[in-house]
Amino acid sequence: MSENILELKQIRKSFGDTEVLKGISLCIHKGEFITFLGSSGCGKTTTLRIIAGLETPDSGSVILGGQDVTTLEPNKRDVNTIFQNYALFPHMNVFSNIAYSLRLRRVPKAEIRRRVEEMLSLVQLEGFGKRMPNELSGGQRQRVAIARAVINNPSVLLLDEPLGALDLQLRRQMQQELKKLQKKLGITFLYITHDQEEAINMSDRIVVMNEGRFEQIGAPAQIYDRPKTSFVAGFIGTANLFQGKVVSIEDGMAVIQTGEDRVCAAVENGMRIGEPVTFAVRSENVLVTKDPHPNFRLPATVSENSFVGGMLRLGFTLSDGRTIISSKHGIRTHITLGQPVYLCWEPGNAVFVDRGGADEAQE
Amino acid sequence: MKRRSKAWILVAPLYLVTIVLVFLPLIYIVALSFLKKDVLWGVTNEWTLGNYRQMLDPVYLKTFVDSLKLAFATTVITTLLGYPFGYFMAKLPPRWRNLCMLLVVVPFWTNALIRIYGWMILLRAKGVLNTALMALGILSQPMKILYTYSAVLIGMVYSLLPFMILPVYNSVEKMDWSLVEASRDLGATAIEAFFTVTLKLTLPGVLSGFVLVFVPSIGLFFISDLLGGGKIMLVGNLIKNQLLQARDWPFGAALSVVMMLLTLLIILLYRKITGAKDLEGFF
Repeated sequence: MSENILELKQIRKSFGDTEVLKGISLCIHKGEFITFLGSSGCGKTTTLRIIAGLETPDSGSVILGGQDVTTLEPNKRDVNTIFQNYALFPHMNVFSNIAYSLRLRRVPKAEIRRRVEEMLSLVQLEGFGKRMPNELSGGQRQRVAIARAVINNPSVLLLDEPLGALDLQLRRQMQQELKKLQKKLGITFLYITHDQEEAINMSDRIVVMNEGRFEQIGAPAQIYDRPKTSFVAGFIGTANLFQGKVVSIEDGMAVIQTGEDRVCAAVENGMRIGEPVTFAVRSENVLVTKDPHPNFRLPATVSENSFVGGMLRLGFTLSDGRTIISSKHGIRTHITLGQPVYLCWEPGNAVFVDRGGADEAQE
Repeated sequence: MKRRSKAWILVAPLYLVTIVLVFLPLIYIVALSFLKKDVLWGVTNEWTLGNYRQMLDPVYLKTFVDSLKLAFATTVITTLLGYPFGYFMAKLPPRWRNLCMLLVVVPFWTNALIRIYGWMILLRAKGVLNTALMALGILSQPMKILYTYSAVLIGMVYSLLPFMILPVYNSVEKMDWSLVEASRDLGATAIEAFFTVTLKLTLPGVLSGFVLVFVPSIGLFFISDLLGGGKIMLVGNLIKNQLLQARDWPFGAALSVVMMLLTLLIILLYRKITGAKDLEGFF
């Protein structure tokens, strides 16, 4: 497959007694912007270091451009990395930092000068060549790190939480710039972040990682709208998770008993009556009514009312004491705390998760 | 504010000790170096520059040159041995690192003089080294090492090696290894990464090692006395001889002043090169 620039095959890695990667496999397409999303300690950085050649997997292989590079030294791999702390050489000025890899390759001086100048203008740092790294702001250092890493036109660029140290405003701006840069250069970007917004904004595909495994791989919309596991549903956005049992199926609609309550969801392939199920409903899809909906029996009382990120966030307590979150645009609401209401949703907005593993232990 | 104004009383004893034990003797030495030697011993109250002029005698100039040469050789050898040692020590797992550190520091628990006597036993004609080399068939007859220039150099390197190892260790330990990874990632081989990144960033440690080895190696007179058998004359020996044997205190004082100025020059040079305010926290 020449389409796949990078392939991971059944990679395992342990540090001491801790298994950090539990057999992960993935194909990355040429020119793709793919993001590894997960909380710290999920193994995303280790995966990246294995691709860069800074760690060797215990088993499995890394195929880069059709060649097995599993045991190849980092300097012989056609990938470059932007490190979390940028790792700019403090004893070299900006020009020398960017020129570093070209000088190692004994590229003629005139060409080095031309290409470094080109890079400096690409990252909008013209005239900064003589500055030392400690004379730059965080954002400028970030740009130097980018220029240094892409000057060789690697087939894959690895980015390890590159925006983590920047403030929110700068981060948003850099997200756009990185995305533009990627389109312009046509380099495959493998991006690591724990920030779901960043992942959704930038990526062609997202790989959600949890405890050394890939939970789900898919386009941002797919990950958001159709999470496959309860972990993904809970990690991205605000989702309400329900567990219950299918009590009846009719007209493509499954009626589910969850605790004392009864709710509806669009039926999925192969669903049987009596099957235990877990499903997620995004907070923005939870509807609030004064009177019960015919297919739903989900009474609740209003327990929280706050304004977060341009959305009104309402918390409801169910009869069994669990909390359900609903969010809506705007600040106006006719609901008061302690008021009894009924909750429901469009059956299509309930997404079944963890199917096939429905009997797995869950919280 | 009122409390602060009396705080100097607490540090006053420290200043007093420094003034009495360091500053006053120093003034005494400087003053002595400008006085004339009395016939038998002591000094007259006549001022002179003769003691300094005396140093321009080729015999004494040669002593200075020899000292500097030996100090230079010592510094080069301790760097070549101490850098790899300090480097790998910093990269050991913590348990082994502490053991290693202990082994480097243990010699300081015994008197340096006694340790040099130990080297005499090792190096003498029928000593441990020669016996071992002959038993192994490497030598057919004992090699003369003791009371040669080599023996002095060995003793110097042995005594001063820790002063190179420790600052190198210190700076290697502080290294940000992600920089080496970045360098490898950008296409450097392990060796290229070492020379373009690691060595450059640990250079301050090496430079403080230079000073910590070079400066004392000019003055360690007992090593050349014991291992050189009195045949190798260094500035340190010369000063000792002037003060204890020739009883020419003013000349000994003048030599001391010049040596101090030389040392000061080296330290100023170090600070100029590295821009450091102190020797990696060693001074």
